[in-house]
Amino acid sequence: MFTPPGAARRGGTGPHRGNGIRSGEGRYGWLFTAPAIIIIGLFLVLPIFLALWVSVSDWSGLGSPVNSQVGFVGAKNYQSVLTDGGLAEQTFGTSIRNNLWFVVFVVPLQTALALFLAVQVNRRLLRGRGFFRTAFYFPSVTSAVAITGIFLFLFASSGAVNQIIAALGGTGPTWFADSRGVFHIVAGWFGVDNNPRALSGTALLELSWWDWLSGPSVAMCVIIILVVFTTSGTFMLLFLAALQNIGAEIEEAALVDGAGPFRTFFGVTLPMLRPTLFTVLTLGLIGTWQIFDQIYILGGGKPANTTLTPAFLAYQTSFKNLNWGDGAAISFILFAIIVVLTVLQRIILRDRGNKERLDKPMARLLRNENIRSNGGAL
Amino acid sequence: VNTTALPAEVSVATTATLKTPQEIHRTGHRSAWQRYHLGQILSYAMLIIFAAIYLYPFLVALSGSFKTDADATANPLQLIPRDWSFAAYTRLFSDVPLPLWAMNSIIVTLVVTVCRVFFDSLAAYALSRLNFRGRAVIFSSLIAVMAVPNVVLLIPRFLVLKQFGMYDTYLGMIVPLIIDAGGIFIMKQFFESIPVSVEEAARIDGAGIFRTFWTIVLPMARPALVTLFILSFQGSWNEFGHFIVSTQSPGFRTLTTGIASLFSGQLGSGNQFPLKLAAAILMTIPVAVIFFIFQRKIMNTTSGGEKG
Repeated sequence: MFTPPGAARRGGTGPHRGNGIRSGEGRYGWLFTAPAIIIIGLFLVLPIFLALWVSVSDWSGLGSPVNSQVGFVGAKNYQSVLTDGGLAEQTFGTSIRNNLWFVVFVVPLQTALALFLAVQVNRRLLRGRGFFRTAFYFPSVTSAVAITGIFLFLFASSGAVNQIIAALGGTGPTWFADSRGVFHIVAGWFGVDNNPRALSGTALLELSWWDWLSGPSVAMCVIIILVVFTTSGTFMLLFLAALQNIGAEIEEAALVDGAGPFRTFFGVTLPMLRPTLFTVLTLGLIGTWQIFDQIYILGGGKPANTTLTPAFLAYQTSFKNLNWGDGAAISFILFAIIVVLTVLQRIILRDRGNKERLDKPMARLLRNENIRSNGGAL
Repeated sequence: VNTTALPAEVSVATTATLKTPQEIHRTGHRSAWQRYHLGQILSYAMLIIFAAIYLYPFLVALSGSFKTDADATANPLQLIPRDWSFAAYTRLFSDVPLPLWAMNSIIVTLVVTVCRVFFDSLAAYALSRLNFRGRAVIFSSLIAVMAVPNVVLLIPRFLVLKQFGMYDTYLGMIVPLIIDAGGIFIMKQFFESIPVSVEEAARIDGAGIFRTFWTIVLPMARPALVTLFILSFQGSWNEFGHFIVSTQSPGFRTLTTGIASLFSGQLGSGNQFPLKLAAAILMTIPVAVIFFIFQRKIMNTTSGGEKG
């Protein structure tokens, strides 16, 4: 029934020549994968090498980046962003600062909220389970553009959110125009104002300690809420799948044995969710560094560059300021950040002894491919 | 909120295994029954509040799109417009080239989705079923390629499109999107889960490799194809970054890039909220329809659902 393995290789001469059913597989194998190989090669691998070249060249944007006029400048573009002490470095530092605070707020919030919602809608005796799951997941399927537009309306200075705040007796900020960092605001309540001397020294990337410790700006807080709103549903589904795999029996056994509800959750359920928790944290860490669409629509870093992120800065530097070398360099620094975070996460994951097969987290990741396309907000 | 919810969780779980609430009630464990009842009410109240928070933005947007500019600005919270106005929708078709944007979105989404479903499954079939040299290398390269974030590719893709003369063309908008390594992975996972015997029978009966794939394997892979269809449709309909870097002429604007230009105020003075909200609502309808058609499938979170 089967021809020997060698026949598959020789089978390249045509499907009718060999009599085994494995004949012709070599040819068809390459034929079937050819479209994928060509497109990924031309629009993914080749672009990366071209951009690597641009990041070490002085290409001005005119003509092709691979002509004899374009010179090799070594690490100059990387230096201007990382060490030269100029405006480029300061802007890059600001974008890193903004994105760090964004990560620090979004990742724990979206993870906790997603876990909480998943536990709630996983209850067997819940009526309207389908309705609640749909309600929590729906924001995840809509486009970042539409949601951002709706948030522009909700958080307008006389918008819905500020009217609710006013009804509760407060005064809402002008969300999108407020560049004050939330920790600076809190410090102001305690009389610590603009740049105390102890923190005024330059720390890193041309920003002072005071600037690094600003926290997200009020405008950035809106983006944090927006992203948590759109990603929590997706991650809820991941947790829900894991909870359903665990089943209710183990929790029930713990409860019958007299463990309290908190102990059951933190002592039994949560440890069993650890692989999923790591997946969600990894996806969160990677995704939060990719936020682009929302920043673009909200005015590209306004106010005062406090919503600027490295992903948008790379775009802006190249396409608006036409400084292609710097822009490409920022892209690769961002890529390096994401790779380092992923590797770190892998190492931690391995240390904890979670020997999940590669396929499983990968399959989850793919199921949620939409987060990546959703403006990278995930 | 959290603390009030958990007792309910517990009593639900315990009563479910031990006795039904009615049984407890009958046998006279009054306090347990009351606790169960109170917990139920509290946790439902909390879930309803959360659902309201998640749905309210969409409801407010929908009602806002039927308001007049002044009404939307002054009463953003009101769910029923004071006086109904369809001006926003009329203007979308007269003052704004929405039909053109929609047309572009439809063209790009259809071509990308059809190509992606076909070419991804074709490649996945070869990688999971056909024995050929280099298969392992191709597969591991795909996995490596998947790790590259889309945002990092914006500038590189622009450079290549420009180099190939595909910048500002439909070709440049579509071709880079028609293969998705993630989709290949999903299909490969699925093909590996179906028994090989049916295909072998077909091959022995003399069917060629492509015919076996097309008439035997693909119909069996329907669940995975649907998953891939949903992901591709949603992904390309909502795509933004790639269109920003692959086009510049207004004629190539899609709903995402076109409406984004509306939001960043390229339409003149005033906040014009109803118009913007109407645009956001209209662009959400197709993905919402797909979502509700395949809702059960998308929300199916059992482990089998992961494979599609």
